[in-house]
Amino acid sequence: MKAKVTVMPKKSVLDPQGVAVRDAMRHHGLPGVGSVRIGKFMEIEIDGANEAQLHEICRDLLSNPVIEDYDLKVEA
Amino acid sequence: MNPDPAITPELVEKHGITPDEFQRIRGILGRDPNFTELGIFSVMWSEHCSYKNSKPELRKFPTTGPGVLVKAGEENAGVIDIGDGWAIAFKMESHNHPSAIEPFQGAATGVGGIIRDIFTMGARPVFSLNSLRFGPITGNGDSARAAAVAHNRRLFAGVVAGIAHYGNCIGIPTIGGEIYFDESYEGNPLVNVFCLGVLRHDEIARGGAVGIGNPVFYVGAETGRDGLAGAAFASRDLTEESKQDRPAVQVGDPFREKLLLEACLELLASGAVAGIQDMGAAGLTCSTCETASRAGTGVEIDLDLVPKREPGMTPYEIMLSESQERMLIIVTKGREQIVRDIFKKWDLPYAEVGVVKDDGMMRVRKGPDTVAEIPAHKLAEDAPIYNREATERSALPEIGTLPQVDPLEALPALLAHPSIASKNWVYRQYDHMVRAGTCVLPGSDAAVFLVREANKILAATSDCNALYCATNPREGAKIAVAEAARNLACSGARPLAVTDNLNFGNPYKPENFWQLRECVEGLAEACREFGTPVTGGNVSLYNQSPAGAIDPTPTVGMVGIIDSPAHITTQAFKHAGDAILLLGDIGTGLGASHYIKVLHGKKIGQPPTLDFAKEKALHEAVRSLIRMGLVRSAHDCSEGGLAVALAECCISGETQIGAEIDLTPFDQNPDAPRDPADLLFNEAQGRIIISVRRENASAALALASWQNIPAYRLGFTGGDYLRIKSSGREWPWPLPGLRTAWWNSIARTMEDG
Amino acid sequence: MKAAVIRFPGSNCDQDCYHVLKETYALDVEYVWHKEASVEQFDLIVLPGGFSYGDYLRCGAIARYSPVMRSVATEAERGKLVLGICNGFQILCEARLLPGALIRNNSLHFVCEHIHARLENMETPYTHTEVTKADGKLLTARTGLLLKLPIAHGEGNYRADDETLRDLNRNNQIILRYSDERGAISGEANPNGSAENIAGITNRAGNIFGLMPHPERACDPLLGSEDGKLIFQSVVETAMKKTKTAAPTTKRVT
Repeated sequence: MKAKVTVMPKKSVLDPQGVAVRDAMRHHGLPGVGSVRIGKFMEIEIDGANEAQLHEICRDLLSNPVIEDYDLKVEA
Repeated sequence: MNPDPAITPELVEKHGITPDEFQRIRGILGRDPNFTELGIFSVMWSEHCSYKNSKPELRKFPTTGPGVLVKAGEENAGVIDIGDGWAIAFKMESHNHPSAIEPFQGAATGVGGIIRDIFTMGARPVFSLNSLRFGPITGNGDSARAAAVAHNRRLFAGVVAGIAHYGNCIGIPTIGGEIYFDESYEGNPLVNVFCLGVLRHDEIARGGAVGIGNPVFYVGAETGRDGLAGAAFASRDLTEESKQDRPAVQVGDPFREKLLLEACLELLASGAVAGIQDMGAAGLTCSTCETASRAGTGVEIDLDLVPKREPGMTPYEIMLSESQERMLIIVTKGREQIVRDIFKKWDLPYAEVGVVKDDGMMRVRKGPDTVAEIPAHKLAEDAPIYNREATERSALPEIGTLPQVDPLEALPALLAHPSIASKNWVYRQYDHMVRAGTCVLPGSDAAVFLVREANKILAATSDCNALYCATNPREGAKIAVAEAARNLACSGARPLAVTDNLNFGNPYKPENFWQLRECVEGLAEACREFGTPVTGGNVSLYNQSPAGAIDPTPTVGMVGIIDSPAHITTQAFKHAGDAILLLGDIGTGLGASHYIKVLHGKKIGQPPTLDFAKEKALHEAVRSLIRMGLVRSAHDCSEGGLAVALAECCISGETQIGAEIDLTPFDQNPDAPRDPADLLFNEAQGRIIISVRRENASAALALASWQNIPAYRLGFTGGDYLRIKSSGREWPWPLPGLRTAWWNSIARTMEDG
Repeated sequence: MKAAVIRFPGSNCDQDCYHVLKETYALDVEYVWHKEASVEQFDLIVLPGGFSYGDYLRCGAIARYSPVMRSVATEAERGKLVLGICNGFQILCEARLLPGALIRNNSLHFVCEHIHARLENMETPYTHTEVTKADGKLLTARTGLLLKLPIAHGEGNYRADDETLRDLNRNNQIILRYSDERGAISGEANPNGSAENIAGITNRAGNIFGLMPHPERACDPLLGSEDGKLIFQSVVETAMKKTKTAAPTTKRVT
């Protein structure tokens, strides 16, 4: 099965990279950029795991729940 | 917007305010506080901001001296003269509890905070040190311990990575420090960070809101809800969604802080600044009321003008937010355009948010409405002070008899223990060479840094053997200062001043408070003896878990000055065929030693005693020998005693050089220990090993003797072994084995899983 | 002869570079803020190390679009000397003024230590001279000379496709390789996984030099090495020669 995991900083947490890239985009001719948030995208091919296990690994390893949220999409 | 909650006794208690304190607040205001004011008092009168449980003790520190330009407690950091119109501002602070939750960001924001404290004084930060403590990272063979060890490793790796991330990005070298691993820190890591900056005497900036009518500017990052997750209450219903709005940790942005640092230094150079303060703990609240209090004026700010990164923030949230990388600047009226120009240049948010008034009030408005109004001086200075109860903690057990361990095994085991082993796995991750000033790389007795602007060579070290403090807090604290001074002497430096970071458990437990009091007394006495005033520091309490409090850990950061590049001395042997001398006595006593901790798994016995007169004489003697050009290497004896110190001299240099040591002459000395473990590993104080050219040995011994320092020939450098002979026994340790044990220990531990 | 040290938001080694040029070589050197439009008046342009824009997005990715970089590219095209150190090297690659890219160290750790860099080409403007060190000993450029230089980076892993690597080799554009203390180009001596142990390269014309090690931190015996002087002294001599032989501006008669 294929799993696609997106890990993003929590909405309330400062994303310094996002801020810097937002400012750079504005200077680059796009003054209307409101906000940028930068995360990670993972493509995982995996056998013999159920969705509950995938959620667990997302929580335990792939994201840091203290400062990040994750989104998991599973394709059969 | 929902109305603020009513001020009920439960709400007051949730804010950590006692009924007596609440009455005090009512007395100050002449009325009940509103919700925002309650939050403000709760944070200003917290232990962290007010030192209410420790102030009576802190007053015992010596804080004055001929070189002191800004005393402890006056401003954000103390300032010491270093000659020729130059001065240094330095301080140490802790970020223990945040690092336990999120080690990377906890440590990173700790670094950010201490750096701001330095440049808010008008000084350019030039180097950092840190003192870190964690639970054991070895011993996961025992399945019961595996989870705890894994957690300790995660904290250790995370903290180091966080310090590296912030320090490297902002371009301030991290050049030294200390790291210890011990069960008492399990679950309660200690992250004490030190920063030092340089400035001219006439560049000292102060944090007072001076000049009635002067505008008050907010500069730096936008304000968010950082640090509010722990806040007692919300002014709106706390739903699952709104909980999401409160980050549990602050995230630091070292890039932003680099811009802020440069912009602030530029602004300070322009002369437009009347007062400046960083927004650290309790952010806007603390900076506003402290600047007003210092100047005896009032400050009025309008929260609608504060740059925010979250919508719908309440006054409570804005005032208590701990968003990083922000400064409050009081600008001389008429010079506002300079501020705007400089902050525009550096692409940093800024806003004129208020004005200095003459009514002594901290007044917070939201547009036309006043949302808080508190007498600034009383808020900043009139926190209650408590004299906590102190009960002597019963001493740890005495040693008794211990099974013999072959020194051939004991020495490598000590060298491999992460507390003693080389920390290269750590400092390779720190840029310790930026600013092109690091004369002595991490790994020697003290860090040595050339401040080019001032043409001054500084040495700095951080020390505390908490094992000693656990058994005898007063003696342990004295030794922490003495060891720092000894490390500076070995580097060729004379001490100037001290910053301290006191790390203790819950002060409401009388035994913990007794430890704090005893440590402070010990630090104070030692600082007086060594002539090193305390320029400031930090107190971190409540470091404990259900298992108990941490060992009392009064970390000492000491700075010294080296008069000439020729005096810079390092610990490793330099040439084969040099004579090795011991300055100080052979010593005895394994109490509270790392030998017993590492080889026998126990923390027992009384620590060594300190003799101030002998110690001071020893340091002076080493400095004079160094000044005369006689010393090729110098290293003091500390954890692991003579054998570990000799081993470090052999293996810590770029090339390893062995040593042939003959201790049989000590057989004639009635005070010398007979037990091999005691002889080799005792941690008696006041001992320094030096290596000198063979032909200078007699002169060095004569000079030491003339200054009444016991001094002995130990042997010669050379060969591929550290070989120690004593009373018909001989212990040869091949250097490669010692080197591997010491150099690779932490890397192997962290990378083997 | 004028030198510029470009300052980007987040540059950290600008003061170190400025100091070496000003104090050791008594150059007429200026800081140039990244928003400046032109560096036309400079003969030597230095892009110093640091964390421009925090290294956010990719190292050097944002800095390459700074206003000043347009002029740096023009002047580089005209043959001016452009030296990019560490982050400066990363910016030059992002700006396509040098080929290839610098990615994360293969250990995934930031590494700060002294390395040996073997000199592979002693005929560039940056690596041709002879330096007299503080102790009187000579440091003479020759192929195979080892320079003891500090590195401090998290993204120093040089990558380029096979064709580019072939070109770099064929055109003698690889100037420094990480080596051990005996000059062997080995895996152990490679601190970051760079292809072919590449530590520094020039463009085809040889006027642009990018390197990950920090020569400005190796110009003082107190700091453990003076080998960085080989690079600075070489480029200063080259720049001096160029400005001397450049004819004074005269109107062309047509």
